[in-house]
Amino acid sequence: MVTSFEAIKNFFRKRATILYPEEKIEPSATFRGMLSFERSLCIGCGLCWRVCPASAIKQDRDDKGARPVFLLDRCIFCHICVEICPKKAIKASRDRGSLVMDKSSLRVK
Amino acid sequence: MGVYLPMGPQHPLHPEATLVKLRVEGEHVVDADVDASFVHRGIEKALEHKTYTQGLYLAERICGICNVAHTTCYTTNVESLAGIEAPYRALYLRLAVEELARIHSHLLWLGLFAHTMGFETLFMLAFRDREPVLDLMEEITGGRVTTGYNVIGGVRRDVDPGLVFKIKGVLTQLKERILKYKELFESDPVIQARTRGVGYLSKNEAGELLAVGPVARASAIARDVRIDDPYLTHEEVPFNVIVYDTCDAWGRAMVRLDEILESINMVQYTLDHLPSGEVRVKVPPFFRPPPGEMSSRVEAPRGSLLHYVKSDGSDRPVRYRVRTPTLANLASVVTMLRSRNGKIVHIADVPVIFSSIDPCICCTARVTIFDERGHVLEKPLNELLDMRRGR
Ligand code: SF4
Ligand code: SF4
Repeated sequence: MVTSFEAIKNFFRKRATILYPEEKIEPSATFRGMLSFERSLCIGCGLCWRVCPASAIKQDRDDKGARPVFLLDRCIFCHICVEICPKKAIKASRDRGSLVMDKSSLRVK
Repeated sequence: MGVYLPMGPQHPLHPEATLVKLRVEGEHVVDADVDASFVHRGIEKALEHKTYTQGLYLAERICGICNVAHTTCYTTNVESLAGIEAPYRALYLRLAVEELARIHSHLLWLGLFAHTMGFETLFMLAFRDREPVLDLMEEITGGRVTTGYNVIGGVRRDVDPGLVFKIKGVLTQLKERILKYKELFESDPVIQARTRGVGYLSKNEAGELLAVGPVARASAIARDVRIDDPYLTHEEVPFNVIVYDTCDAWGRAMVRLDEILESINMVQYTLDHLPSGEVRVKVPPFFRPPPGEMSSRVEAPRGSLLHYVKSDGSDRPVRYRVRTPTLANLASVVTMLRSRNGKIVHIADVPVIFSSIDPCICCTARVTIFDERGHVLEKPLNELLDMRRGR
């Protein structure tokens, strides 16, 4: 009985399915998503690559000194690096997007 | 005697790789065994190579569905080891998120249980109703399933009044739906035929086999870590321990449905009585707890969960041990699957019985060491390590 009522009611309900990829689900404002990096702010302190639990941050060097390179294909989006960076050089976004054809595009420099 | 019938490791009715070994005579199961060792991931070992801060994110990934229970257990454990005290408001928020996780875990179970009964409509409905809860999780914590909310020293972020209002609204709607499902389980003849008297586990058996969580509570044992050994602010939040005495799969379903209702009340109460103040104390990323050991227990959606840590004063644990609820319940499910004392178990009931304990295998797999004659070796860890080193 209960299910028959439910079935009839469902004729008049809004559909629950989302027609991906035509319709996209907006991530909420607080969603922990992809990272971006601002080289000019970074002082190369090394905290970020030492805390990263997924070893997604590699240490590198350029003409300004030590710097991180983010391998976002390994990132688990825990955002400890964002919290720990003393210069706020790592920015979080709410972009889900680690769905790419080319893995090298997930290297953030 | 009888015919050996393997079910799994890959079987449409198992959500994860499990081998249920049955010995059958005709349609009757006379003996059973469960092998859950196909997905060993070595997380306990890996935790020894992570700092305490990093280990949290690995502990979170022991189980996707009960990740909040795992992080609650991990943070409680490490905080008591290191003498860190999380702020009061953070404990309340942890409790609210833990109960929300219980709600979505039980709804997921309801769907899978309906699926093993062949009741696909209920599967769809349960998953539809789970979705708003996951959306709330995303909004509160920043992650849909892997929440990353609990951190050592508190919680990640605070809730604002607008969000509190929204959570309450969603939960009020969900409550109506759950009451419908309860009515369905009480009245539907198909569900009754598939679950009543199926997977019988008497009170004595459940007590002897140390069943935990809803399996114990459906066998009339009021065993709940939240009452027996409160770990957050459970003394202050009123709730009932749901106990049924039908000792069967139906009872387990009803326990879980009633628990969703209890959890909804708990979340609403918690949000109404949130104390003010900070939600997080700053903890240095490479802190070193003093040498010692600590263990903590948490009531995960599937039953009592135990974490144990041993520290030698460095920034990484020397030993981390996890005992998940499904591991505790495997002994019970093996007993349920055997025909005994006039209770006949049919082959067709096996999936229903097996899924009635809400099995979560990936967090359960353990390594067992056999000697060359096939006997299980039980030796202290240091002796085993010496053996490995060839001494
Ligand atoms: S923590 Fe910030 S400042 Fe330090 S190396 Fe990383 S990005 Fe640069
Ligand atoms: S979000 Fe976490 S996993 Fe990703 S780069 Fe930062 S610390 Fe590493």
